[in-house]
Amino acid sequence: MKKYTYTDKKDTRSGFGAGLLEAGQKNDQVVALCADLIGSLKMNDFIKAFPERFVQVGIAEANMIGIAAGMTIGGKIPFTGTFANFSTGRVYDQIRQSVAYSNKNVKICASHAGLTLGEDGATHQILEDIGLMKMLPGMTVINTCDYNQTKAATIAIADYDGPVYLRFGRPVVPIFTDPDQKFEIGKAWMVNEGADVSIFATGHLVWQAILAGEILAEQGIDAEIINIHTIKPLDEEAVLKSVAKTGCVVTAEEHNRLGGLGDSIAQVLAVHNPSPQEYVAVNDSFGESGTPEQLMTKYGLDAEHIVAAVKKVIERKNKKG
Amino acid sequence: MKADLQTLEKTASQIRRDIVRMVHGCQSGHPGGSLGCTDFFTALYFSVMNHDPKFNMDAVGEDIFFLSNGHISPVFYSTLAHAGYFDKAELATFRKLNARLQGHPTTHEHLPGIRIASGSLGQGLSVAIGAALAKKLNGDKSLVFTLHGDGEIQEGQIWEAAMFAPHNHVDNLISTIDVNGQQIDGPTKQVLSLGDLRAKWEAFGWDVLDMKGNDMADVVRVLEEAKSRTGQGKPIMILMHTEMGYGVDFMVGSHKWHGVAPNDEQLKLALDQLEETLGDY
Repeated sequence: MKKYTYTDKKDTRSGFGAGLLEAGQKNDQVVALCADLIGSLKMNDFIKAFPERFVQVGIAEANMIGIAAGMTIGGKIPFTGTFANFSTGRVYDQIRQSVAYSNKNVKICASHAGLTLGEDGATHQILEDIGLMKMLPGMTVINTCDYNQTKAATIAIADYDGPVYLRFGRPVVPIFTDPDQKFEIGKAWMVNEGADVSIFATGHLVWQAILAGEILAEQGIDAEIINIHTIKPLDEEAVLKSVAKTGCVVTAEEHNRLGGLGDSIAQVLAVHNPSPQEYVAVNDSFGESGTPEQLMTKYGLDAEHIVAAVKKVIERKNKKG
Repeated sequence: MKADLQTLEKTASQIRRDIVRMVHGCQSGHPGGSLGCTDFFTALYFSVMNHDPKFNMDAVGEDIFFLSNGHISPVFYSTLAHAGYFDKAELATFRKLNARLQGHPTTHEHLPGIRIASGSLGQGLSVAIGAALAKKLNGDKSLVFTLHGDGEIQEGQIWEAAMFAPHNHVDNLISTIDVNGQQIDGPTKQVLSLGDLRAKWEAFGWDVLDMKGNDMADVVRVLEEAKSRTGQGKPIMILMHTEMGYGVDFMVGSHKWHGVAPNDEQLKLALDQLEETLGDY
């Protein structure tokens, strides 16, 4: 198992804030919009640097999406910022008609995704957003795993022409990816090569997958760990290549098991290479209040649950023989 | 670019013919609002707006129009065709398979003249505000126009946008509401009262004008008046009083022709009332 260490921990939303500033410095067409959550989205540095390129819309997310779509007419590259719930479910029809169907170059940037929003509870903890967004034709869906990756992704999507959903979170998590990485949309990242099982992880679950890989290595199980940061378009080639080698799959995500990364992988495998698969995801339920750590444990989204899923799926593979 | 009143009237008559023929041709679509707004579209595209039918999505240096109540697509398509955005013959493909003239306007089929999809109501004002903000950032002095149905403003997003534009001094925006008092299920007064529209928009901080929407001279006059009031810190709202179905006697003033196509006999009756001035497509 390749060794991953970290010296620092930060929230992924701060990676977004840093990336937004850099994207703004690189390209003066980049503009930002926020629905009364500047501090939560870490947009202060961008606003300080480019006050005239920032739009405060107030608590009016539908209007924000529409304004962003309109600003593309005239060449602007708008980044909208609010919580994941208010970025997707609340404004689904606005995104569908004014952004996706109209093919507008809007970057919908969503913080506080999933259970790790914590104490605010289920009203704010959306676990359905990846599914909602990936079903929209033409929408790119990205879920980043740490500060560096989120920063790199934010810069990369400014250079990409088309609608993007960028999902990140609130909690402070280890920084383990390369600070100088080049983020390639739609290209899976090989975290660790292995032979016994393919673990496909996205977002906060990537670090948990690494921890799981270390536990499994001690027990003689050689796990391949792949980070799928871009859920759509999915790197099908990387998925199929890995599963051809390992013969079984665990998917790990901070999302409902319905409609998330796991389903995207399952669909590819069902068509090309049906293989035993286990899901580490929320089992079709809402979240609740608690600390992020408590919630991830209670809902089965940690290294321990990935290890258990790996053992189960390898057993299924062996039975299938 | 500026057509005289007589030419505008002639153009409007042909567009009205196109509308009933298009809707008849596919036996679906929305003639009522289209006929009511024909004078507005004609004035806008043949007299008021500075626009280029060669069509560039970003419209730098050009005025932009957004149709928010996308269901009145027949009047929009016919106007664009006569203005030179695409061939008139294409109007015959309206709502048909593989057509660029979808039931509701879309950019998806790359039809020149369309800059955003509309149909799901209430979204166009926000989009127009965005385009107006982009113009300001680009130092582009040209204007953004919108049209909305009066039923449409029952959508909540309209009022989010209504609050935003005056707060942010979006004064390069001229919006219009087609006040015909009708929506699918009946008169707006019965379905959901709109109340005092002037008082409402003024309370939100808009500069409000009234227009006789089926009087071409008044349509041009009020649009020019609106243009003269831009750049003064406030967005402008025109309350355009029209009759749904205007120009066809049996369609006038009734919500029943909101989204119903005429049969062969009704088509003939309608066309008898609308002079063919520029040649049917």
